[in-house]
Amino acid sequence: MFYREAGDFKTSYRDDGQTFPIRLDRWGYYALLAVAFLVIPFVIDNYWANAILVPFLIYAIAAIGLNILVGYAGQLSLGTGGFMAVGAYAVYKLTTSFPDINIVIHVLLAGIITALVGMLFGLPSLRIKGFYLAVATLAAQFFLVWLFNKVPWFYNYSASGQINMPERSLLGQVITGPGTTPAAKYLLCLVFAVAVAWVARNLTRGTIGRKWMAIRDMDIAAEIIGVNPLNAKLTAFGVSSFFVGIAGALFFAVYLGAAEVGEAFGLNKSFLILFMIIIGGLGSIFGSFAGAAFMVLLPVLLKNVLVGGMGWPTDLAAYVELMIVGALIIIVLILEPHGLAQLWRLTKEKLRLWPFPH
Amino acid sequence: MNLAETAPAPEGHVTPDGRRIGGVLMEMRNITLRFGGVVAIKDISFDIREGEIRAIIGPNGAGKSSMLNVISGFYVPQEGEVWFRGQRRGPMKPYEVARLGIARTFQNIALFDGMSVLDNIMTGRLTMMKASMLEQALWWGRAEREEVAHREQVEKIIDFLEIQAIRKTPVGRLPYGLKKRVELARALAAEPKLLLLDEPMAGMNVEEKEDMSRFILDVNDEFGTTIALIEHDMGVVMDLSDRVVVMDYGRKIGDGTPAEVRSNQAVIDAYLGVAHE
Repeated sequence: MFYREAGDFKTSYRDDGQTFPIRLDRWGYYALLAVAFLVIPFVIDNYWANAILVPFLIYAIAAIGLNILVGYAGQLSLGTGGFMAVGAYAVYKLTTSFPDINIVIHVLLAGIITALVGMLFGLPSLRIKGFYLAVATLAAQFFLVWLFNKVPWFYNYSASGQINMPERSLLGQVITGPGTTPAAKYLLCLVFAVAVAWVARNLTRGTIGRKWMAIRDMDIAAEIIGVNPLNAKLTAFGVSSFFVGIAGALFFAVYLGAAEVGEAFGLNKSFLILFMIIIGGLGSIFGSFAGAAFMVLLPVLLKNVLVGGMGWPTDLAAYVELMIVGALIIIVLILEPHGLAQLWRLTKEKLRLWPFPH
Repeated sequence: MNLAETAPAPEGHVTPDGRRIGGVLMEMRNITLRFGGVVAIKDISFDIREGEIRAIIGPNGAGKSSMLNVISGFYVPQEGEVWFRGQRRGPMKPYEVARLGIARTFQNIALFDGMSVLDNIMTGRLTMMKASMLEQALWWGRAEREEVAHREQVEKIIDFLEIQAIRKTPVGRLPYGLKKRVELARALAAEPKLLLLDEPMAGMNVEEKEDMSRFILDVNDEFGTTIALIEHDMGVVMDLSDRVVVMDYGRKIGDGTPAEVRSNQAVIDAYLGVAHE
């Protein structure tokens, strides 16, 4: 009843192009941001940070990155885990080599390094498409994991082959390492996630986003209106890998603290993030968040209900949890093949007419 | 009539309806295109003059679409030269051809189904947008200014083609006739010097054909856009075009005004068949 465009007149093209054209949406968005920045940091505890919010935010960043490549530019990739590993090892090498430089700069640099690596592995996309490209990026996944295992320089010749994040601080606050407060971890990831989402939204609504989508929908027609396919595909790989690299760096530095490449950034990770964007919705920033939430929160929720609420043994609950998550994925995809974002869009369209649908 | 020569249309020639035909905009010289052993186009020459509507007709498989693909850069002919605005054009990629000011529509609609009508038409102006990646990422400076400025131009085209009501509709949901119109809008948004239309009226009913014919004439009249079109509906071709090239089996068999072409014996034979005795 209150959710509608009526009375909310757009008098300029600038207004018409804004992200949240409906007033209630805008308010909801600002309210959400206010709660995320001003309320949650004061009430957050270790469990909420480590089990739920920090992984959710980091996966959301990775999902936005992959969504740009797969959902917007239409280039299927299975190398996400490998690119996250590049981000993680880049931030590790950078911060151990230049400990005096701020960690935030290192995280951004890690993103840039990952972007370059991503563009390199994106070169085959000029020749091959679809599933064949997926196989080519799969090669990137295996090669990168192998590389970080085989070359001791990447893990500073440590005996275990693991990388461990040293303690680093920002504005006098410890933000990595064992002594970090949950609020600091959460806030760092939140700032990155909001910034990444904002930049991704800006890119996808403008010139470059239209180029990506044109290539995705009909590459011949895209070329005929002046889109250089080389340029469009490589920028998609670059931007996507930049975000994925940041996610990888945060995943290692803030969330895990210590990582072994095959375990933390294996093929499973690539699939997990691909599932997130498929369930969340391809070609949607909101969908990236929704998909990440679905895949991170659902197992935690089920565990709490089964073990905590119904008193099942942990091992049994773990199996049932897998089955339920699998079934729910199938149900969501049958109900709405375009993902949670489409479901949300349809709900909003219905809401706009409610309570008088005719 | 000498077929080796391009039909004469003197510069400054004024058509009966008062449009002025300018100098040569595009010239195809002795184009030959082969696919393996198959000769799709054989030694064809013709020109397109500024401001005119030039039709390419011929039976199925005559090589019309191949010719359009040569002009728009999809195919590189084995022999012959392509001249555009007084300069010889070397082998070019389609996106480079687009930047020269040549836009086209396709026989089978080639729109971006996942995008709205507005976004589809905005893609027509991609080559004019100059904002850097950083400006776009921060939605600052040229990124925002360009978006608004080009939106204004696009809205003019939306008004012109009378598709205001569907500007935010995803293209995939539109009926066939409207899709054709959106595709024309996207090509127009590029403000082309030369507009190529590949069967703009295929599969349309009489009313839609009338609408489309009106749009084509208006585009030519109001924007002064030169148009080259392929069309099977002879009535439409004869009414719309200033000059017609007729192709058959990859050869040019006729070239001239609609009246000349209609009375050309080779053209009549190609369309109606020749009695073998």
